[in-house]
Amino acid sequence: MAGEGASLGATPSRPAPWRDPKIRGIAYQVAFVAIVVGFAAFVVHNTLVNIGRQNIALGFGFLHREAAFGIGESLIDYSPADTYARAFLVGLVNTLHVAALGVVLATILGTLMGLARLSSNWLVGKLAQIYVETFRNIPLALQLFFWWGLLTKLAPGPRQAWQILPDVFVSNRGISFPVPVASPAYKWVALAFVVGVVLTVAMRRWARRRQMATGVQFPAGWAALGLLAGLPALAFVASGVPLALDAPALKGFNFSGGSTMSPEFAALLLGLVVYTGTFIAEIVRAGILAVSWGQSEAALALGLKSGQRMRLVVLPQALRVIIPPMTSQYLNLTKNSSLAVIIGFPDLVSIANTTINQTGQAIEGIAMIMAVYLVISLTISLAMNLYNRTVALVER
Amino acid sequence: MRTFSMKFWSILAAAAMIAVFGALNSAQAGPTLDKVKQAGSLSCGVSTGIAGFSQPDSQGNFSGIDVDVCRALAAAVLGDPGKVKFVPLTAQQRFTALQSGEVDILSRNTTWTLQRDAELGINFGPVVYYDGQGFMVAAKLGVKSAKELNGATICVQPGTTTELNLADYFRANKMEYKPVVIEKLDEVVAAFFGGRCDVFTTDRSQLAAVRVSRAPSPGDYMILPEVISKEPLAPAVRQGDDQWHDIVDWTIFALIQAEESGITKANVDDMMKSDDPNIKRMLGVTPGMGKLLGLEENWAYNEIKLVGNYGEIFDRNIGAGSPLKLERGLNALWKNGGLQYAMPIR
Amino acid sequence: MADIAQDIPIAAQAPPARTTGVLGWLRANLFNGVFNSILTLLCLALLAFAIPPVIRWALIDAIWSAPSGQQCHGAGACWAFIAEKARFILFGFFPAGETWRPATVVGIFLVMILIACNRRSWGRRLAVVWVVGLLAVFALMRGGALGLTPVETAMWSGLPLTLILAVVAMLLGFPLGVLLALGRRSRLPAVRAICIGYIELVRGVPLITVLFMASLMLPLFLPSGMTVDKLIRAQVAFILFAGAYLAEVVRGGLQAIPKGQTEAADTLGLSYWQRTRLIVLPQALTMVIPPLVNTFIGMFKDTSLVLIISLFDLLSCAETALTDANWPGFYIEAYVFVGLIYWSFCFFMSRYSQVLEREFNRGKRR
Repeated sequence: MAGEGASLGATPSRPAPWRDPKIRGIAYQVAFVAIVVGFAAFVVHNTLVNIGRQNIALGFGFLHREAAFGIGESLIDYSPADTYARAFLVGLVNTLHVAALGVVLATILGTLMGLARLSSNWLVGKLAQIYVETFRNIPLALQLFFWWGLLTKLAPGPRQAWQILPDVFVSNRGISFPVPVASPAYKWVALAFVVGVVLTVAMRRWARRRQMATGVQFPAGWAALGLLAGLPALAFVASGVPLALDAPALKGFNFSGGSTMSPEFAALLLGLVVYTGTFIAEIVRAGILAVSWGQSEAALALGLKSGQRMRLVVLPQALRVIIPPMTSQYLNLTKNSSLAVIIGFPDLVSIANTTINQTGQAIEGIAMIMAVYLVISLTISLAMNLYNRTVALVER
Repeated sequence: MRTFSMKFWSILAAAAMIAVFGALNSAQAGPTLDKVKQAGSLSCGVSTGIAGFSQPDSQGNFSGIDVDVCRALAAAVLGDPGKVKFVPLTAQQRFTALQSGEVDILSRNTTWTLQRDAELGINFGPVVYYDGQGFMVAAKLGVKSAKELNGATICVQPGTTTELNLADYFRANKMEYKPVVIEKLDEVVAAFFGGRCDVFTTDRSQLAAVRVSRAPSPGDYMILPEVISKEPLAPAVRQGDDQWHDIVDWTIFALIQAEESGITKANVDDMMKSDDPNIKRMLGVTPGMGKLLGLEENWAYNEIKLVGNYGEIFDRNIGAGSPLKLERGLNALWKNGGLQYAMPIR
Repeated sequence: MADIAQDIPIAAQAPPARTTGVLGWLRANLFNGVFNSILTLLCLALLAFAIPPVIRWALIDAIWSAPSGQQCHGAGACWAFIAEKARFILFGFFPAGETWRPATVVGIFLVMILIACNRRSWGRRLAVVWVVGLLAVFALMRGGALGLTPVETAMWSGLPLTLILAVVAMLLGFPLGVLLALGRRSRLPAVRAICIGYIELVRGVPLITVLFMASLMLPLFLPSGMTVDKLIRAQVAFILFAGAYLAEVVRGGLQAIPKGQTEAADTLGLSYWQRTRLIVLPQALTMVIPPLVNTFIGMFKDTSLVLIISLFDLLSCAETALTDANWPGFYIEAYVFVGLIYWSFCFFMSRYSQVLEREFNRGKRR
């Protein structure tokens, strides 16, 4: 409403102030802001009164105190002698760890299942549909309990562990699997991969320019595969094929050697991936179906092969539909990782929870969790809105 | 949608507002005693389920020693042990619930520590149960002492003093451990018996309770001899209401004193005729004590008659008369070598 | 091209592949090409590997009745556990003698939802049915009138609690969501900023933190001495949460309304509220009914999180039923039972939303 009257300026037909849309707009806003601020002041006042009356300590000073509790798994060094701030950091790293792995795996699973649902193979389509309809319609909390129950209560002890693959053991202590013994060769392999990526980018640019200029196509896909997989493989062979694996072996109470994924982590990851995968499958399917059949027909008429049709015509258009909801699924997955608290994986919320219990600083603890998630979400949300603006259809 | 008039929606909205705010409980600020008397019931924060301390049956009726403390308080204040509204609280919710006035007393096997006393705006009443933290392991592991637990996976509830003591103990003994923290007691116990952990640690009374009530076969599990901490479990009230704090103190002292003086649920009516001036004072035959607390003169009589003395409460819930069969140990009366000692009621 | 005049006999070709009948269907849908044939065989192998043990566990080796848990541990499922605990899982701590009350409540909810799913019932009468139904639900749960024993909210548990939380969150979150969505598209910068702030704040944090807030911090926000029932605190959290999500759904509808509509309304001289109420919202809200149903499904699943703040919903009751020492260790049975309840509800609703979507798009389809 505001703004319409502005262009009229000081003409004789200027309305009375209480009818001027501009002034009314300002009045509405002042009233609205006053209500919101008044409500906030009421809440803050009550809180301060309650805190003062009951002599509850306030502030973030507790972050520098010794946490004095143990944390089951951590990617960074931590001991009970560290501070609460450090414990929070451990939780944050754990959250990001499970979220990052979850996003990658859920995307793979979801895309496969989404494509499978579109498959011309009836059986494959049906199985994918059963997967989607089953796991999408059951609460994630229940699924987490289920996987965790399966891994901790039904899986055998370490001494009778199920061996599902050579050197991969599942027991109620987690999933133990072999890892390569650290060797300097891996540094070279990684370096070769980076070089491969750089060369691929350069090569594609060159190939495109040449195609634009001369019309001659270059088999970019095969060349990229050669660069990305071939170079590291070459480096691997050149450094003497260091294939030594550190395999888990039963020692005392438990497995030692290799790497072990705790049942909590495994259940959380599995639950998040399987649950989010169903949504991603639907998004991928809907995105591909959203590209009208005429586009494909046109591509066929141009003589494009089915792979080319997918890569050059269908996917670029489908991605426009897929990416926004996909981003919000990634966001959901990250937020849902906070359900870790019900199965005891030490994520951010779980550690903040413990801190609140130990210190009684509920307001500060919850404020910190919210701040962290907000930063994560807003970063993704902002990127998504920017993207949304570039792809949205432009209206007058 | 279009057919809905604005008026119709405003009526709906008004109905919704009434439904929401009708359920708000705007009790007046001020002395807890007045609030309890006015409401006609005591709001008591208990744990969501620990056998012997507070455990709901499938009808939602709570029983346990923490529960009986609240019932005794209701008997003393309102004359009816049934007028208690039990609010099951998680470890995380307990202090806020007390601070905010949602509960009038927190009787939820809570350890009395300096930090909680000083920082959380709460005060503790007399210790209802002296406990200490211990370890339970599967007998087949062959572990005889907590000193042999280096490298073990240990199940523990987060946000408890137990979790901190555990970390302290292992640090002090230069041992390593891997904690598995699960908030709900039921879950952590199930995880331990399911083999997720080598060791389960909590207060020894709870270890015993859990072994009896939840172990597939109790003989397969043993509680290690070490007691690694002091866990005085006491009810708590809000700071700043001294009268209410006094009432909680003395209702519990009266329970202990009753056991010491040999007054039981069964014989309390006979004891009213006793010549002992101490007993006469306590039971209100000689008036005065109740008035000082702001209660009826028969406050202690009601407690004992309707709930029982400390010994009876103990036996019924966690002692010889219960499946847990815990020894009195530290919780025997002082004259029997224990720590339970009531301040003189005079 | 060969010369047409030349008379060269064409070699006989094989007849085209059959496309009808069982064999034709199999060929067209399962074995069209080497890759698909391999996939089909792999899937069949997977099914042959997975299905027989499941059937054996769930049906053939299952124990259907047993006096106690100890006699119920066999090779198969112990459905006797479900028979024993079904009342507790469904209705929780609600007094056993009064089981008909929560059962009726569940019935009322199902009937109300079924009525609401019928498009012909949409209108003012539906709202009346819902208000009456909800009042009946609260009267039945609460008691204290008509000779019903009063039951505290702490005893409300199981499926009725799940349904109440989800349905009330949607009903009260909806007006909030509409206002927020309008605010977000308002031309008044202050209103817009506050609405965007609220929506992004709530959508940016996990539901758990909103529940923590309601359960831990709300008591501190209120004037001292004022306390709110635990159930209502959780309900408020769900309403605030649903409001933010519904606002985004409604915004989708608002954005899809062509600008010409509002311009036409302005030309007619309608005020902002007239325009919104008479022109914009009726079109926008109809458009977003399918995503609204999806939001409801989400809310229904999200109510399972109240177990973190020790309210006893369906999932929480199942977890509690598992702690009975006489019936230890029947996790899968309990989760399958509860999972089926959640699943059938959500599956029905999502199918319904798909049907609606298809109907709404009928005009737009080519």
